[in-house]
Amino acid sequence: MALLEVNDLTTHFHTRDGVVRAVDGVSFSLDRGETLGIVGESGSGKSVTCYSLMRLIPEPPGRIERGTAMFDGQDLLKMGPRELRKIRGNRISIIFQDPMTSLNPYLRISTQLVEALQMHTDIDRKSAVNKAIAALEEVGIPEASKRVHSYPHEFSGGMRQRVMIAMALITEPDLLIADEPTTALDVTVQAQIMDIIKQRQNDLGTAVILVTHDLGVVAGTCDKVLVMYGGREMESGSAEQIFYHPRHPYTRALQKTIPSLQAKGQELFTIPGLPPDVSKPIPGCAFYPRCPYPKTGTPEGERPALAEIEPGHCWSACGFCDSSAPIETVLTKAGDVADDTLPETAGSNA
Amino acid sequence: MTDHSETAVLGDKPATAAAGAPVITEEDLVEGSSLWKDAWSRLKKNKLAVGSLAVFIFICLFCVVGPFLSPYDANAQDLFAGAEGPSADHWFGTDTLGRDLMVRVMEGGRISLLVGLVATVVALAIGVIYGATAGYVGGKVDASMMRFVDLLYALPFTIFVILLMVAFGRSMWLMFVAIGCVEWLSMARIVRSGVISLKKQEFVEAAVSLGYSHRRIIIRHLIPNVLGPVIVISTLTVPAVMLLEAFLSFLGLGVQPPNASWGVLINEGQANMEIYPWLLLFPAGFFAVTLFCLNFIGDGLRDALDPKSAKD
Repeated sequence: MALLEVNDLTTHFHTRDGVVRAVDGVSFSLDRGETLGIVGESGSGKSVTCYSLMRLIPEPPGRIERGTAMFDGQDLLKMGPRELRKIRGNRISIIFQDPMTSLNPYLRISTQLVEALQMHTDIDRKSAVNKAIAALEEVGIPEASKRVHSYPHEFSGGMRQRVMIAMALITEPDLLIADEPTTALDVTVQAQIMDIIKQRQNDLGTAVILVTHDLGVVAGTCDKVLVMYGGREMESGSAEQIFYHPRHPYTRALQKTIPSLQAKGQELFTIPGLPPDVSKPIPGCAFYPRCPYPKTGTPEGERPALAEIEPGHCWSACGFCDSSAPIETVLTKAGDVADDTLPETAGSNA
Repeated sequence: MTDHSETAVLGDKPATAAAGAPVITEEDLVEGSSLWKDAWSRLKKNKLAVGSLAVFIFICLFCVVGPFLSPYDANAQDLFAGAEGPSADHWFGTDTLGRDLMVRVMEGGRISLLVGLVATVVALAIGVIYGATAGYVGGKVDASMMRFVDLLYALPFTIFVILLMVAFGRSMWLMFVAIGCVEWLSMARIVRSGVISLKKQEFVEAAVSLGYSHRRIIIRHLIPNVLGPVIVISTLTVPAVMLLEAFLSFLGLGVQPPNASWGVLINEGQANMEIYPWLLLFPAGFFAVTLFCLNFIGDGLRDALDPKSAKD
């Protein structure tokens, strides 16, 4: 049995301006030790998916409408507050985007680490402090035995994120949710943080859900990938399936946006248009308005059902465009148009 | 993970502090020093605050111990020695009824300080817990809790106190309660606004995600973060409370003659200010110095309680 089995997770926010369908029927499963990457643009519901699993959605206005999230045989979405507290930080931990504000500025690092540990395990202070020092050493904080008593503001952003990782992993959870753990950090530190997460995952056998919009990171670290758009699941499968045989137009377009995969001197590819407004019902395929493929129908009705192409590889089989051809054939035409309208830019680049 | 704790212990060796590296003092390595211990070590470096604290403690001792050492009784009248200036016998002089002013200042200080501190502590306790709860819970609970505060604000203080006095009879403790009931309102508002701005921060979310209970988050994670403004407000509340007490005593609802408080003494003093200035100068001087000290201590505490204020 999988460690985490999420089925039809749906989270809506009931705001004054209407119902925001932040997450709309997402399903995935995760085994022990596995890494799942959730990718998508801003506002595609990646973070809300994670927050829903941890039940960190502010209710109201948020509400988990339906779905199940079986974690080790228990449904996370139906748990009472007391049971949740036993799971949170103990069996499931989360790392947030911004390490600068994720630590309490008024408490020493040691106090915060020890508190996290003593909350869930029966351990005396002294050994808790020793364990905190060990945890800091494992995430590469130099002179951990001295720095453990520092305050958060005495640490740099990268170091604070390391502390967050140490804090999340100090109870040796079964599942670690990393919500864009490197977005707020500069590029040189990003790789280090990813390495640390990966290394700790190998040490402890933790399953990881990694939310990111860096496809390079996903390719390097994830076993499974879930592509989200407009709160919906567009495509999911193993990393190989998603990267080598992408099926959904959005996945293909997303891949084209990776700068390192584009030829030098060429204008960077972007998907034209904006993500959909999820506060209004989206007929048919959420990606339809921005889809570069030739349209074959008008989107209507419910979202397309998920279809399995090969074992483990699903896509939201849209029937409103002809996406049989590889994306390059569609994009070169679009590129030609761009070259015509911007001859000077094209000339200077060449 | 247990095998790592050994390396951690090894890492503690002073040898790791290589030459040229900042010297780590014994103090830095002290295990589990609390917010208050840290604050104290920082406060010690603030000369003005430490000086004020010393003066304040001196005034407290003067008022508490003083009456036992003085040969005079605070309420003993000696009409023949009425209203004399400071002399070797009566250091602060005597009032119009010939009572020794120094003892009266001491006795008055006892009551004023007691009112100031007790009422402030009451206001602090109620205000911080109430405000933090309202701010943290938010929504309808917050709205109704704060409307209740508005309601109490709108109630005229004097009428409120008179009602209390009529209902329960006159006593000093009732006055504490009355003043505390009024002063916690602003405290609650300040704490609430602080907590609201803090609870959106990720460390609160992180605390929830670590499985901490709401009560724990409020007490351990939110209240320390609003202590700075709370401390400053408290030190400003103490003088405000002392003034309220003076006002109530003036109306005949607070401390009754022959008992004295600084407010009562100042009141008597200003009536005779032109003929017997010392009757005003001594109690007013003590009152003013105390208020100054409390303000400086409050300032120092605010800086000391903020870990971000320069440690070196």
